[in-house]
Amino acid sequence: MQETSAPQAHVHAPPEGFIRKYVFSLDHKVIGKQYYALALVAVFIGMGLSWLMRIHLVWPNSRIPGLELLSKVGAPGGVMTPEYYLSLLTMHGTLMVFFVLTNAPFAAFGNYFLPIQIGAEDMAFPRFNMMSFWTTFLAFVVLILAFFIPDGPPIAGWTSYAPLSAVGKDAGPGMQWGASLWGLSIAIFCIASLLGSLNFIATTLDLRAKGMTLMRMPISTWAWFITSCISLLAFAVLLPACILLILDRHAGTSFFIPAGLVISDRLQPHSGGSPLLWQHLFWFFGHPEVYIAILPAMGIVSHILINSMRKPLLSAKVIIYSMMSIGFLSYMVWGHHMFVSGMNPMSSLAFSFPTLTITIPATVMTLIWLGSLYGADIQITSASLFALGFISMFVSGGVSGFFLAQPSIDIYLHGTYFVVGHFHLVMGVAALFGVFAGTYFWFPKMTGRMMNDGWGKIHFFITFIGAYCVFMPFHYLGLVGNVRRYSSFVDDFMGPDLMNLHRFITISALVTGAAQFIFLFNLIYSRFKGTPASDNPWNGTTLEWSMPSPPPWDNFGGKHPIVYHDPYQYGVKGSKGDFVMQDSPEQAISSVD
Amino acid sequence: MSSVSTVNPQSVLLQSSSADRASRSGIWLGLFTITMSFAAFTSALFVREGTSDWGHIVLPSILYFNTFLLLCGSVTIEISRRYMSGGSYIDASQSRKGAIWLLFTLVLGLGFCVGQYMAWQQLRAQGLYLATNPNSSFFYVLTFIHVLHLLAGIAVLAYLTARVVATRSTFRRSLFDSTAIYWHFLGVLWVYLFVLCRMKL
Amino acid sequence: MGKIFAVVLVIVALVSAYPIIINKYAMPEDISTHGHMIDDQLHETMWEAGLSFIGAQLVLAFFIWSFTNRKAGSPLKSFPGGAKVMVIAAVVLVGTEILALGVMGQKAWGSVYFTAPKADALQIQAQAGQFAYYFRYPGADGKFGALHPDKIDEGNQNYFGLDPANEVEARDDIVSAELVVPLNREVQLLMHAKDVGHSFYVRELRIQQDFVPGLDLAVHFTATKVGRYEIVCTQLCGLGHYNMKAYLNVMAQPEYDKWMKDQAAAQ
Repeated sequence: MQETSAPQAHVHAPPEGFIRKYVFSLDHKVIGKQYYALALVAVFIGMGLSWLMRIHLVWPNSRIPGLELLSKVGAPGGVMTPEYYLSLLTMHGTLMVFFVLTNAPFAAFGNYFLPIQIGAEDMAFPRFNMMSFWTTFLAFVVLILAFFIPDGPPIAGWTSYAPLSAVGKDAGPGMQWGASLWGLSIAIFCIASLLGSLNFIATTLDLRAKGMTLMRMPISTWAWFITSCISLLAFAVLLPACILLILDRHAGTSFFIPAGLVISDRLQPHSGGSPLLWQHLFWFFGHPEVYIAILPAMGIVSHILINSMRKPLLSAKVIIYSMMSIGFLSYMVWGHHMFVSGMNPMSSLAFSFPTLTITIPATVMTLIWLGSLYGADIQITSASLFALGFISMFVSGGVSGFFLAQPSIDIYLHGTYFVVGHFHLVMGVAALFGVFAGTYFWFPKMTGRMMNDGWGKIHFFITFIGAYCVFMPFHYLGLVGNVRRYSSFVDDFMGPDLMNLHRFITISALVTGAAQFIFLFNLIYSRFKGTPASDNPWNGTTLEWSMPSPPPWDNFGGKHPIVYHDPYQYGVKGSKGDFVMQDSPEQAISSVD
Repeated sequence: MSSVSTVNPQSVLLQSSSADRASRSGIWLGLFTITMSFAAFTSALFVREGTSDWGHIVLPSILYFNTFLLLCGSVTIEISRRYMSGGSYIDASQSRKGAIWLLFTLVLGLGFCVGQYMAWQQLRAQGLYLATNPNSSFFYVLTFIHVLHLLAGIAVLAYLTARVVATRSTFRRSLFDSTAIYWHFLGVLWVYLFVLCRMKL
Repeated sequence: MGKIFAVVLVIVALVSAYPIIINKYAMPEDISTHGHMIDDQLHETMWEAGLSFIGAQLVLAFFIWSFTNRKAGSPLKSFPGGAKVMVIAAVVLVGTEILALGVMGQKAWGSVYFTAPKADALQIQAQAGQFAYYFRYPGADGKFGALHPDKIDEGNQNYFGLDPANEVEARDDIVSAELVVPLNREVQLLMHAKDVGHSFYVRELRIQQDFVPGLDLAVHFTATKVGRYEIVCTQLCGLGHYNMKAYLNVMAQPEYDKWMKDQAAAQ
């Protein structure tokens, strides 16, 4: 920036040169796309890991060609060892929760569209924004490095419970440097997330365009804003936890390791630490984290639904307040991951009440989405199919949560496939449906080209049916007591009936996973060869549709938009059709009875 | 920069003030985050305190002097503020005195860091290392993380001081304000940590 | 296309619910005194969750069917009552469910955790370690010998690190790889973790409790049916986690007494 004596413009200079434009960019749009690309890489790796796991579970002694290249020790001759299964499980969870579900719906779409939807030229702190992406990238590299060290990735799960994760190499393969890389990666990820969330909040509070009051922000913006508030608090607690874990592992401290442990025939030189302390710190972060994963998807889906229905929701305000209450309650429930952990049983009861109470705002939102569909004029596109599919998946995943929220039922269901079914439906499917919907919806804006709608619909139907085929059976398995995180099933009760169910799941997972390549192909092909898109292909009302596709580097071309009304003027008798854009002073009357 | 000339000066000022507001939001959000992290460390301390191997360590008395240095830094940075002239942009060429007081603050901050290092040396002389007992673990962790944050503040102070002294440029007052708020916060945080360590360790 | 989706949705929802409705994947039989409360709670929840699930999916499908591909000029309508009805419905319906289940749940939870074991409950210690369970009975003197982690010697079958040479209480302790308990007699299981976190899970007993290193935890239960039941580990503990199991062997009192006598003689 040039030095002048007059006050300088807030915006950064137009980017010049390849590095400034595409690598170390200060432009929130480029950064958003970078997060998306990172999430895309992470999700395909994570999906590949899940394939390997599912194949091993139903064909335990099978030789997976090429696996020995990934790890000579973990899969000699291509046959997976039990410990390598756990390594893949740990990396699958870590990649998916952190690098996909925190990155894609939140960091990627949020970075791209939050400033646009509030009428700002960029985020409040573009340099911090760039730093937060590259720090996330560094965290990803550190994590992936664990695959390539001789001892392999850690085997303690994405939850990394102490003392298994804290004592170091005596605990098992991958628990020496693999677990340390994990801890370091997550600590770096925390810093990146904190920077990112700080940016989102400051931008939302201070950079809104004229006329853009808080209640006139689109629901997607509200979702990103609430998510970043949750995220700020959550990651601020995970970072100290990771630091203490790293110290226990390398500096001989005993934050999480009690006395008298004999591991691998060695008496561990620690004393006084508390394994439950790790669980409390981790889940204090971990529970809000799952709402960080789902809230942006709820916002994106609401936003797309309204556009697809051509009429506003029954009440956007109620949706927003519900999201706020979910955010608030999310901090009071972390103990429901620890009902049988050995913590005070009174605490378990105490935690179950807010957990059950979260059902209320979640139900309110579901009823509002459903009720809004009544009397609408739903336009079916790939985006709206995924948005509607989200509602179905959210209901499915949500009702299983209702079981787990009750400590007495959790006595039986904890640690079984029932839990795995629950969180995969809400996070692995519903949140991902939000990402798919957002991609099909916003791809034209981001690239200036349309995605192929036919392939999108095929992708949808296979994924929708496939996801049910994969994850619904997990609940049946949980009900009979099939334990999770097992690399093989050697329990007496795992008869042919249940193993057939597992085979069905594996085949469904392979097919559903394969369908994701349709999406990937669509994404890449359309980027270069898709039909050129207009500025407003969906007849949308919010500010992103008022700019060219793709937008110029400074969003509004140096002009500052003025906003005249709420973001969802649909179902009205407007001069352009059944909608009025947010930056148009036109007042139109509603056509909704 | 052609983009500046096409931008309406009115809207540039609007931009400036929203950038200032964002700066203020940003620093308070940052402080909130750091507070939450130390709250997590505090709760870890309380949990750990309940176990049978919790002992007691005697804190080196140099810590009192270090506290004094840090709190003086809060005073000097406020004095520096008085000599920073200009509106929402500080005019470096008119603010030489302000730069000198910034320098004092920086020196006091560095003095604090050196003093903390000496405190660690004194503990080590007593045979108290990071992993010796839970009390010493918490002491080292809390003080070290605090010093890390302080060093970040010192880096910004050094940058600001250099900016004023070496160039004739302007810089945003909001950057100065944020740095000052951050500095005061680290002082308050230190007092909290010191009292916590004194009472609990 | 919307109508196709609606049909697919109905099929998927009904097919998903079908195995539950016909109880194809049923919980194993309950062999405990407290388990029926958990089972009742689960069935109650299944009804409510099941009805909500089917109801929501069918309503979603119906609305998608009815309101996609509408004829041009069809009027837009608003759900009668609007958002207010939804909020009230959610609060009232979910609120009452929560209260009902919460109250029910307290009793079930309390029967496991808030009732103290009877004074004459049989005390057995369980030790979980990578990757096996061992159980210890106090023997004739009714007292457990102290645990010495530094004396653990698996090669010589000293799994608990007992010191019978120097401690009287340890001499008659009986160590077994199976958890043998008498029928209809309350057992208090004292839980000790040798190395990392583990868990004690017996499906039929409706008991699950983590072993936490450094914490003295206990669960108590009464088994009501003779038989052999799997004990499995549900807390990820390392590479052998999948294979970490033991058996709960419930014997009638006479058989149990004989077993104890045989064990005591063999020690």
